[in-house]
Amino acid sequence: MALHNVVLPNEDSRQLLPIPKKEAKLYMSFMYVAFISLFIGGLMGLLQVLVRSGNFTLPFGIGYYQILTVHGVILALVLTTFFIIGFQFALMSKTVGMSDKQRNLSWLAFWIMTIGTIMTAITILLGKASVLYTFYAPLKAHPAFYIGLAFVIVGTWVAAFVNWRQLYLWKKKHPGEKSPLLAFMVTINMIMWFIASLGIAVAVLVQFIPWSLGYAETINVLVSRTLFWYFGHPLVYFWLLPAYMAWYAIIPKIIGGKLFSDSLARLSFVLFLFFSIPVGFHHQLTEPGIDPTWKFIQVVLTFMVIIPSLMTAFSLFATFEITGRRKGYGGLFGWFKHLPWKDVRFFAPFVGMLAFIPGGAGGIINASHQMNTLVHNTIWVTGHFHLTVATTVILTFFGITYWLIPHLTGRKLTKSVNRLGIIQTIVWGIGMLIMSGAMHIQGLLGGPRRSDYSEYGGTEQAVTWGAYQMAQAIGGTILFVGIILMVYIFIKLAFFSPKGDEEFPIAEEEENAEPTPMWMENWKLWVAITIALILFAYTIPFVDIIQNSPPGSVPFDWPIGNS
Amino acid sequence: MHFHKFEKIWLTFGIGALVLFLVILGYGAFYLGTHPQSHGLTIDPQNVEAHEAFKPENLGLTKVDEDRYIVNVVASAFNYDFGVDKEGNAVKHIEIPKGATVLFQVVTPDVIHGFNIAGTNVNMMVEPGYISSMEVEMNQPGEYTLLCNEYCGIGHHMMYTTVEVYE
Ligand code: HEM
Ligand SMILES: [Cu+2]
Ligand SMILES: [Cu+2]
Repeated sequence: MALHNVVLPNEDSRQLLPIPKKEAKLYMSFMYVAFISLFIGGLMGLLQVLVRSGNFTLPFGIGYYQILTVHGVILALVLTTFFIIGFQFALMSKTVGMSDKQRNLSWLAFWIMTIGTIMTAITILLGKASVLYTFYAPLKAHPAFYIGLAFVIVGTWVAAFVNWRQLYLWKKKHPGEKSPLLAFMVTINMIMWFIASLGIAVAVLVQFIPWSLGYAETINVLVSRTLFWYFGHPLVYFWLLPAYMAWYAIIPKIIGGKLFSDSLARLSFVLFLFFSIPVGFHHQLTEPGIDPTWKFIQVVLTFMVIIPSLMTAFSLFATFEITGRRKGYGGLFGWFKHLPWKDVRFFAPFVGMLAFIPGGAGGIINASHQMNTLVHNTIWVTGHFHLTVATTVILTFFGITYWLIPHLTGRKLTKSVNRLGIIQTIVWGIGMLIMSGAMHIQGLLGGPRRSDYSEYGGTEQAVTWGAYQMAQAIGGTILFVGIILMVYIFIKLAFFSPKGDEEFPIAEEEENAEPTPMWMENWKLWVAITIALILFAYTIPFVDIIQNSPPGSVPFDWPIGNS
Repeated sequence: MHFHKFEKIWLTFGIGALVLFLVILGYGAFYLGTHPQSHGLTIDPQNVEAHEAFKPENLGLTKVDEDRYIVNVVASAFNYDFGVDKEGNAVKHIEIPKGATVLFQVVTPDVIHGFNIAGTNVNMMVEPGYISSMEVEMNQPGEYTLLCNEYCGIGHHMMYTTVEVYE
C-alpha cells in the first residue's frame, strides 16, 4: 500500500522521548497561570451565584460588576488563552520540535502576555475597569485596562509566529511529506486567531486607547462593536479547536484505537477556518444600525460550521465503534459499554462531548435570525456558554491536564488521582446540569444576564426568577467544589505525584489508510479563501456603517462608579 | 479523499436539514417581515430632544388611533424616561389594551442599554446615535417587567418599569 503511511522511526525520536526539561518549564509556566486563573475565576463565580440568590452581600464595598468583570476576563480570556498557547506549544514540540531560539521567543510571548494580564487585573481590582470582559463603548475603563489587553494579544501573536516557524522549518527538512496532523491543526488555529484578533487590535489601538487617554474626543460605538464581534465569534472557535485536536488525534490513542481519517480531520479544520470569522453579526442581531439583509447573510455563513461539526461527531463515534469492535466487543452497543470509562483521560472529555449536544443545539437557536430576539441578553445565553466553553472545552482541557502535567513534570498519573478526576468530572457535570439548566429556563422566562440581585419592584415575573437563581446558587456551589478538586489535582500532578514517565498520547493512522491529498497543505489558498469570505461578509455593511455614522460618543466613566 | 458510506448518509441528511432550516428562516425574514429590528435611523446622542419624538412632552404612551399606540422612551443610566403624568410625577407604569399595535421608539443619550419586555420578543439593543424601534401586537394579557438587559453600569439591575396588557 501507499508507502508514506508507514510510520518511519523519527530521525530524532522526538515522539518517543519525553519533552525536554527546558521546554517543559516553559509549557508549565502557561499552565500555572491557567490554573491560578481557574481558581480566582471560580471563586468569583461562586460569589456571583451567592449574590444573585439574594442571601449574600459582598463585603468591603466590592461591586458585583467588578467581580463579574474579573470572572469574564480571567476565565474567558486568560485561562483559555494561556492553556491553549501552552498546550499548542507542547503539541508542536512533540510533532515538529522547538529550537532554542524559538524557545526564547516563546518565553517572550509568555512574559508579554503575563505583563498584560497583570496590568489588566490590577485596573479591575482597583475598581477602575468594571466594564465586563466585552468593554462596550462608551463605557470607559482606565487606559491601563485596554493597554494590558493589547499586550496579551501581541503576546499571542509572538506565539503564533513561533508556531508557524516551527512548522515551516520542519517542512523544509521533510520535503514532500505531509505535516503532522496536530501541527497542521495548531497552525490552522493560530491563523484563525491572528486574522480574528486583528479586529480587536484595531479597536483597542486605534479607538479605545486614544479615546480613553483623551486624545480622541469621541468614539464610533457601532464600529467598535462590529470590530469586537468580528473577533468575538472566532474567539469561541479558538477555544474549541484545541479541544477538537484532542478529540480527533489524542482520544483515539487513549482508547487504544487509530485515527479515523487524517484527511477528513484536516478538511474539517479547514472548514472551521473558513466559517469562524465572517459571522460576527449573529451577536449583533438586535442592534439598530446594521442592515438586516447582511445580518441574514452572516447568519447563513454561521450555520456552515454545522458541516464540520457533523463530520467531527461522525468521526468520533466511528472511532469509538471501530476500536471497540476490533477489541472484539460485538453487538449493537457492546463497543460502547466497553469504552474505558474508568480512565479519566477519556471520561472527562467524553462528558464534555455530551455537553456539546445541548450546547450546540442552543447555539443554533441563538444564531437563528429571529429566535435570537427571544433569548438575546437573557441568562439563557449564559447557560449556553457554560455548557460549551465551561463544560465541553474546560472538561476536555482537564482531560488533557491529567496526562500533560505529569508528562511535563516527569511524574505519573496515579490510580488515586485518576479516581479523584472521575469524581471531579461527575461533580462538574452535576453542578453544571443544575446551574446551566436553571439559567436556560430562567432565560426563557425573560430573566436578564449580567445582572446583580434585583427584585425588579416585586413583579410576578421577578418572583418566578428568584427560584431559578436559587437553583443556580446550588449548582454553582457544586461547581466550585469541582474547581477546588481540580486545583488540588493540578498541584498534586505538578509537585507531588510519584516520579515516572507519563505517556504523551498521539494517535497514529491505520496502516492501510488512504494517503492524504497534498492539496490539503495549500496554505496560501486556505488563507485566500478565508480573507475572501471575510471581505464578502463585511465590506458592504462596514462601509454602510461608516457612511451612515451618527455623531460619536464621548467617554462615560461615572456609570461604572469612576469619575 | 474517502467518505464512508454512512458518513455520506449522515452528511446528506444533516446538510439537507440545515438547508431546510435556513429556507424557513429566510422565508420568515424576507416574506413575513420578521427581521430583527434594524432601521439605521440615526440621531445626535448629545441632543436627543432635537428629535420630535423625544421632546419631553412626547415621551411615554400616546394613542394615535383606535388600537394603535406609540411609546417613546429615553433610556439613560439608570432609568427609562416615559415622561410625566398630569401631576408632574415620572411615569413608571404603562397600560396597553390587549390586541393593540404598539410602536416602541427608544434612544439613549449616554451608554448602551437594553430594552426588553421580559418573556416577549420586544428585545432591542439601544445604542447611542441610533433610534431603536419595533412594532408589535400585544396579544397576551398580563403584567410584564420592562428591563434593561445590556450592562450599563453599577445601577443596571435597577433599571426597569412595568407594562400591563389588559383585557
Ligand atoms: C464555579 C464555576 C462557575 C460558576 C459558579 C459560574 C457562574 C457564573 C454566573 C452566575 C454568571 C452570570 C452572571 C451574570 O450574568 O450576572 C457567569 C458568567 C460568565 N461565566 Fe461563569 N461560572 C463558573 C465557571 C466558568 C468557567 C469555567 C468559565 C469559562 C471558561 C466561565 C465563563 C463565564 C463568562 C464568559 C461569563 C460572562 C460574563 C459576562 O457576561 O460578562 N464561567 N458565570
Ligand atoms: Cu458567535
Ligand atoms: Cu443596563
